[in-house]
Amino acid sequence: MPEKIIKSISFGILSPSEIRKLSRTAIVTAETYDEDGLPIPGGLMDPRLGVIEPGQRCQVCGNTMANCPGHFGHIELARPVIHVGFVKHIHDILRATCRHCGRLLIPQEEIDRYLRLLEKLEKKWPLLALRLIEHVKKKAIKRMECPHCGEKQYKIRLEKPTTFYEERRGGVVRLTPIDVRSRLERIPDSDVRLLGLDPKEARPEWMVLTVLPVPPIQVRPSILLESGIRAEDDLTHKLVDIVRINERLKESIEAGAPQLIVEDLWSLLQYHVTTYIDNEVPGIPPAKHRAGRVLRTLAQRLKGKEGRFRGHLSGKRVDFSARTVISPDPNISINEVGVPLDIAKILTVPLKVSYWNVDEARRYVINGPEKWPGANYIIRPDGRRIDLRFVKDRKALAETITPGFIVERHLIDGDIVLFNRQPSLHRMSIMAHLVKILPGKTFRLNLLVCPPYNADFDGDEMNLHVPQTEEAQAEARELMLVQNQILSPRYGGPIIGGLQDYISGAYLLTSKATFLTKRDVVELLAAGGYEGPLPEPAILSPKKLWTGKQVFSLFLPSDFNYKKKANINVGEMACEDEECFHDSYVVIKKGKLLLGVIDKKSIGAQQPESLIHFIAKEYGYDAIREFFDKAFKIFLRYIEKHGFTMTLSDVEIPVEAEEKIQSILSEAEEKVRELIAQFNQGVLEPIPGRTAEETLELRIMEVLAEARDRAGEIAAEYLDPFNHAFIMARAGARGSPLNLTQMAAVLGQQSVRGERISRGYKDRTLPHFRKGDIGAAARGFVRSSFRRGLTPTEMFLHAAGGREGLVDTAVRTSQSGYMQRRLINALQDIRVEYDRSARLPNGAIVQFTYGEDGVDPMRSIHGKAVDVNRIVERVVGWKR
Amino acid sequence: MVTRFNVLDHELVPKHEVLKPSEAVEVLRKLGTTPDKLPWIRASDPVARAIGAKPGDIVKITRRSPTAGVSIAYRFVIAG
Ligand SMILES: [Mg+2]
Ligand SMILES: [Zn+2]
Ligand SMILES: [Zn+2]
Repeated sequence: MPEKIIKSISFGILSPSEIRKLSRTAIVTAETYDEDGLPIPGGLMDPRLGVIEPGQRCQVCGNTMANCPGHFGHIELARPVIHVGFVKHIHDILRATCRHCGRLLIPQEEIDRYLRLLEKLEKKWPLLALRLIEHVKKKAIKRMECPHCGEKQYKIRLEKPTTFYEERRGGVVRLTPIDVRSRLERIPDSDVRLLGLDPKEARPEWMVLTVLPVPPIQVRPSILLESGIRAEDDLTHKLVDIVRINERLKESIEAGAPQLIVEDLWSLLQYHVTTYIDNEVPGIPPAKHRAGRVLRTLAQRLKGKEGRFRGHLSGKRVDFSARTVISPDPNISINEVGVPLDIAKILTVPLKVSYWNVDEARRYVINGPEKWPGANYIIRPDGRRIDLRFVKDRKALAETITPGFIVERHLIDGDIVLFNRQPSLHRMSIMAHLVKILPGKTFRLNLLVCPPYNADFDGDEMNLHVPQTEEAQAEARELMLVQNQILSPRYGGPIIGGLQDYISGAYLLTSKATFLTKRDVVELLAAGGYEGPLPEPAILSPKKLWTGKQVFSLFLPSDFNYKKKANINVGEMACEDEECFHDSYVVIKKGKLLLGVIDKKSIGAQQPESLIHFIAKEYGYDAIREFFDKAFKIFLRYIEKHGFTMTLSDVEIPVEAEEKIQSILSEAEEKVRELIAQFNQGVLEPIPGRTAEETLELRIMEVLAEARDRAGEIAAEYLDPFNHAFIMARAGARGSPLNLTQMAAVLGQQSVRGERISRGYKDRTLPHFRKGDIGAAARGFVRSSFRRGLTPTEMFLHAAGGREGLVDTAVRTSQSGYMQRRLINALQDIRVEYDRSARLPNGAIVQFTYGEDGVDPMRSIHGKAVDVNRIVERVVGWKR
Repeated sequence: MVTRFNVLDHELVPKHEVLKPSEAVEVLRKLGTTPDKLPWIRASDPVARAIGAKPGDIVKITRRSPTAGVSIAYRFVIAG
């Protein structure tokens, strides 16, 4: 057969004659099988609709099951019915045309003018043509008298889903589908064009069904249950209903049954046809199975996540992929992924055999599918695929392998794979890793790549894909490798970086108080894979000692300058510049850490303008990868040597502090009572723009919040500054000062929707309080700390506040997920051209310069194309 | 008395100007495109009416941009 090229596709509505032409048989009986289990001719399982038994030949096309495409049948409807999918169009068209002569309700001259305009627009601006049609329709609907025959028009109301009423002077009259169809038939072709339809492809009266196509059996196969009973497809069930009612309607009409019975059957037929097309139409009950299950009819097959479009056409399942639980491995590189041996023996990479790798290829074949590293298949030059599982003498087979063969070998160390964690919300959700085969059953990943995947190890699973072609492998290696994704295009900064123990470890190591013996230093440097000379010790006598800052400095580029406030640079530890006695200002000159502790602000993930950001930007991805793989190991090694745990006594405060806190809280509660008293007497000064009630609430919240803050400050004063919980909060590793306050001092106000909790019982939150009590405790102020424990009422109100958090996380994820889908679908085809403009595939301009400034955010510094301060700092060593 | 409000005086409305045909041709040449590939603006748009833009014209918009300093965009005027 000669090659055919599709020039265009046109969409239209099937006409009754087309449906009949398409059909191989009319369906006239609701029976499907006879007693012997054979399909009844003229029934819905008529063999002319397609073969389903293997081995049988189709009596229509002569093909067997594999090749017969199936054939349509049809049902001659005894009375026409409205097609639900078109009710809106029918409604518009009925209103826009004359009830008597069928002409568009617009004077002839205007029609001619519009037709000429439409023709021009359709050629040049198809989008504007649509707008013209909308305009014409709107204009015609407004007109209440026919300009052609002078007939007065009435309002036509659509009662959902499919009934039309005409509001005549004498009263409201129902328009039957016959009436509707005859009106649509009267509309001349030229007027149809102005209504936005192509009369050749879609006459308006075809929107009212007189003949219903019956899809081939292939579309609605019956399934054989284990019990031997045949279960029919939902569509078949629905079609049976339609045929049954249709036949009864036909008989009633022929027998001259009373009007009422005919009407009843007719509307039942309308119901069945409607639900056959769409079973989720608002306004009518969905058609159900006997067991009460809602039927899945035509529209339901297409719609939604599991529908034909999203579930089958845009959703793909692939080979050469694996999925398992993930677990951490701080010892592998950020570029690597640990792959279980069992998976490595199933996933394969095609190895093209050449003169240089025949021996290697033969070794894989000899090892076979069971022994790693082996091979699962070989493909001979003639294209034949040999499954090595069934080859008895693999040694002999290996001998026959020559250049030109392809060996599908097991995954081995150094192979490139794509690694993915859902939801894939940004580019860094799929990155390329180098394979490292490891024992065990989980994928292993370096902890530093957790932030881009948003992964943790509480049971998360991830997917892995093996690129098969050299092009795909090269692209993955060059563009998608983890080290090339360190800088995020989301905000100009590194998305990969230290978390939790890395930050605590760095803080402890680089703290002023850390001195290390030679033994310690050597051990740390060995963990980091450092090769080179030791620096001069900071202290020579009585014992040679090195500082942690010296050890850290060995991993910095030798000409690196950097200055930044540390995370601990707040409150009493705040310093503005190099003169910093709290060690909270980081100064690195010529690659030496001179001052300040390294914490979240310097090495944390998602920290723009940080130490790791500047190393990545200025020294390249190889340099930052090396820094992550070496320096970060030292942080972990140090925290292991140091020992780092948290215990209940970390949040314990002395009795003295407890008393101070209690008196502050009592004072605050007293103040709240006072405010309430003032309010009751009507002497509370309202805040401008607020009612007295609002003012009272605001003032109470203010007083209580302040009391909690003061309590927190007191607790912090009494906490040991080197207690581990406190260190983590200060360095930014985990927890916040607020969390510490809540553990050590007081939990504070619980809230729902940003207000004190007020709902529950009548005039009170719980029956434990007096009606009308709006004091601190009755409205959710929790005076206890987590360490002391909550009273039952406090616990209840805390749970109420906590519930709100859970609810809106659930709501937010579903809403933002849907928004993400719409944005991706809308933006996916936009690309940046060589002139830096952003355009659609058809050349339409979206932005004249990408992002107005043409800056690639990934290569920017927190959005700025150039950071002058940083350039000065690099060159001179200080800012400004 | 009714004071007429001029949209062009509002601080959030950037500078709009109708291009002369010769300038329009030059802009299209530089962008390597045809007018219909530009973003559209309706002739009934308050700004378009204020500067007297007619269907078929090309409007130049000069904006202050926090990132780029000044950014320039064009609109093709359509009927409606
Ligand atoms: Mg998890
Ligand atoms: Zn066939
Ligand atoms: Zn008329």
